[in-house]
Amino acid sequence: MIMNAEFQIWRGGKDSAGRFESYSIETTEGMVVLDAVHHIQSNQAPDLAVRWNCKAGKCGSCSAEINGTPKLMCMTRLSELPVGQPVTIAPLKAFPLIRDLVTDVSWNFRVKKKIPPFRPRKPDAPDGTWRIAQEDIDRVQEFRKCIECFLCQDVCHVLRDHQQFESFSGPRYMVYLAALEMHPLDVEDRIPLIKKENGIGLCNITKCCTAVCPEEIRITDNAIIPLKERVVDRFYDPIRKLFNLFK
Amino acid sequence: MIGYDEWHYDVLVIGAGGAGLRAAIEASATGARVGVICKSLLGKAHTVMAEGGIAAALSNVDERDNWQVHFTDTMRGGQYINNWRMAELHAREAPKCVHELESWGALFDRTEDGRILQRNFGGHKYPRLAHVGDRTGLEMIRTLQDHGIHMGMEVHMECTIISLLKDEGRIAGAFGYDRQRGGFILFHAPAVILATGGVGRAYRITSNSWEYSGDGHALAYQAGAALVDMEFLQFHPTGMVWPPGVQGILVTEGVRGEGGILLNNKNERFMFNDIPPLYRNQTADSPEEGWRYTQGDRDARRPPELLTRDHVARCIVREIREGRGSPHKGVYLDISWIREKMPDAPGFIRRKLPGMYHQFKKLAGIDITKEPMEVGPTTHYMMGGVMVDADTQMSTIPGLFAAGECAAGLHGANRLGGNSLSDLLVFGKRAGLYAAEFASQNKAGKTDDVNIQSLADDAVSFFRQADGENPYAVMTALQEMMQDFAGIVRTESELLQAKESLIQFRQRARKVRVEGNREYNNAWHTALDLQHMIIVSEAITLAAIYRKESRGAHFRIDYPDPDPVNGKMNQVIRKGSDGRMHVESIPLKPVRPDLQQLIDEMK
Repeated sequence: MIMNAEFQIWRGGKDSAGRFESYSIETTEGMVVLDAVHHIQSNQAPDLAVRWNCKAGKCGSCSAEINGTPKLMCMTRLSELPVGQPVTIAPLKAFPLIRDLVTDVSWNFRVKKKIPPFRPRKPDAPDGTWRIAQEDIDRVQEFRKCIECFLCQDVCHVLRDHQQFESFSGPRYMVYLAALEMHPLDVEDRIPLIKKENGIGLCNITKCCTAVCPEEIRITDNAIIPLKERVVDRFYDPIRKLFNLFK
Repeated sequence: MIGYDEWHYDVLVIGAGGAGLRAAIEASATGARVGVICKSLLGKAHTVMAEGGIAAALSNVDERDNWQVHFTDTMRGGQYINNWRMAELHAREAPKCVHELESWGALFDRTEDGRILQRNFGGHKYPRLAHVGDRTGLEMIRTLQDHGIHMGMEVHMECTIISLLKDEGRIAGAFGYDRQRGGFILFHAPAVILATGGVGRAYRITSNSWEYSGDGHALAYQAGAALVDMEFLQFHPTGMVWPPGVQGILVTEGVRGEGGILLNNKNERFMFNDIPPLYRNQTADSPEEGWRYTQGDRDARRPPELLTRDHVARCIVREIREGRGSPHKGVYLDISWIREKMPDAPGFIRRKLPGMYHQFKKLAGIDITKEPMEVGPTTHYMMGGVMVDADTQMSTIPGLFAAGECAAGLHGANRLGGNSLSDLLVFGKRAGLYAAEFASQNKAGKTDDVNIQSLADDAVSFFRQADGENPYAVMTALQEMMQDFAGIVRTESELLQAKESLIQFRQRARKVRVEGNREYNNAWHTALDLQHMIIVSEAITLAAIYRKESRGAHFRIDYPDPDPVNGKMNQVIRKGSDGRMHVESIPLKPVRPDLQQLIDEMK
């Protein structure tokens, strides 16, 4: 079914005043937002800046705000959007704009670098390998599915509205920390860091991150809350406190 | 004068997928200063798309497996024109590389006794692929990324190289631009590793993203290095065919490994109708035997859906051409049928193939636990590439190395599924090691500012074109032409037509017009990528014309059979002193007697 659709796409660089530009195209069946953006780029706005790669929801490059909601452009079909209304496509708001739909997400990579890497226990077998139960693999798989699209970072109000980039690492890195902490082989202790440098206390579990995750990772329930519990157990357990006092 | 930034490294790695990151880790571990060029953001390279697994003879699931069997499987799959030394090193070293990945945090699915589980895949005699669901590539790239960032390497994200630089015959560095700001960057390094992946973007239907414009192939060629086996381009049998926007996106071979079957519109399992002689002894006689194989019955032989990719792709094309295809010009791939065989089939499918379940549900509105998928061949993987020394991965230019998809040799005429991820690890590691060694023995060469100014000026010339074409339009036309004339089924007349039209394309591509400025300007990036795409298209076409036989992924209807004389040759491509592309047939190196004996014994 071919029909016309209107797209309002954010245009502008970091030094210029940006605005929504309107583009109208003929859509085809099964089209996703990224197809529409590519169509516009090829035919109407060659220098339109957009970041993308796999086009299959696996690399997490084409994050944008579609009708105000953070989504992957490659996984959003036009048929799920309201018919007859213009589709607005804007860059991620939490991060500095580079141009058009592309933002500077380098802060995320710097945050990750500061987290102590995986450190395994001694191998279980003489040949240097480990024995792991499938259920232990399954438990952390959810976190390891993360495609680093940073939609959760974009929607998190601690970062988006309160700009606490210095004191809070954001949901993506809570998931990363959960993956490391619950890794069946890892022996590193990151709990003090999670409390202080990663600032887990700043999350007040509004679950906005979970709502936008394209991989359907239950970020708040399965990553953040268990990490909060570990921090509480370590630092705020009254019995332990008492015990430490007399140690 | 056009300005540029300068960086100095011992080893410069161009590409940050599996091979590039593995190389960078190994080089960093020697203490070398390492720079990594990422065309996209770190961790987004196409390795994330690899679904099936990493082939390595760990023999965790079937103790009859060992490196010798993996070696012979790889040679058979490549129709014996592989670089046998690479196939040997790969088979021997892959298991260690998988364990290494685990020691850096990668998690694979497990056997009952807690070891790494392995799955069946096309052309592999025993279950051999270490995997995690159907997202092994993501697990691998994330592990390498998260390990690598702590090794001291400098990562240049969203940076593209447009030329290699040489000094008196050896490599001296590379010149490129930063996508975000549009500024130029000069990298000085005595050793450079190409790890740029494939060439799929030269075709209309491809599983590759925009990045895969054959940069490494074209850079090496322009610098004077030899390319080999460029006629061997793998068309993966199962790409999505509908909706139009997702055409070409990969559907993992793991679907067939877990019991998925191919059907035509007559509901016929057509793969049983055509089994090549080389594989007759290894292929199931009946659907029943095939099913038992996928369920781990060690006495059963593999179903014909798990024959090598070149063959399966051709059978699918035949069904479609002869009118037995599905409505959107594909065939059916059905995993939902296993309901007849197991009680919790939907749960099993969602657990084993979560990515595929999600991809079809979301993009095509199809529930693969209930209905068949529509699939067709998609341009997937370039077996050919930079000719390298098997042990060191050095090209014919001193100091220039290549690893992964952009290097050639391991896969011969056809790559087995799963052999790519292991290739990245084994040869990424080797390239990193030997490049660092080379850098420790050789000082950085000199670069020539006049040459650099002219490269930069060439790159910005597209902004000055008064009335050139739109770069996207030229790219699309090129993709259509390559798809039609140098695709999965080839003939001399069409290939000659492709060769003719590439002359026009080269002129058109030089004159495309770009508007705006250099900051994150996708049109400019496309104009520059286009130059590389045309070089690889030309190399594919010429090599395909010269190979007058059918072998592996290279299928000529005018020469439908393998030819014993051609089968002893590789086609080498070089830039001549006249500036033109030349093809030369060189004889294969005789296989070492002990390896030849293995091949003969397991035939």
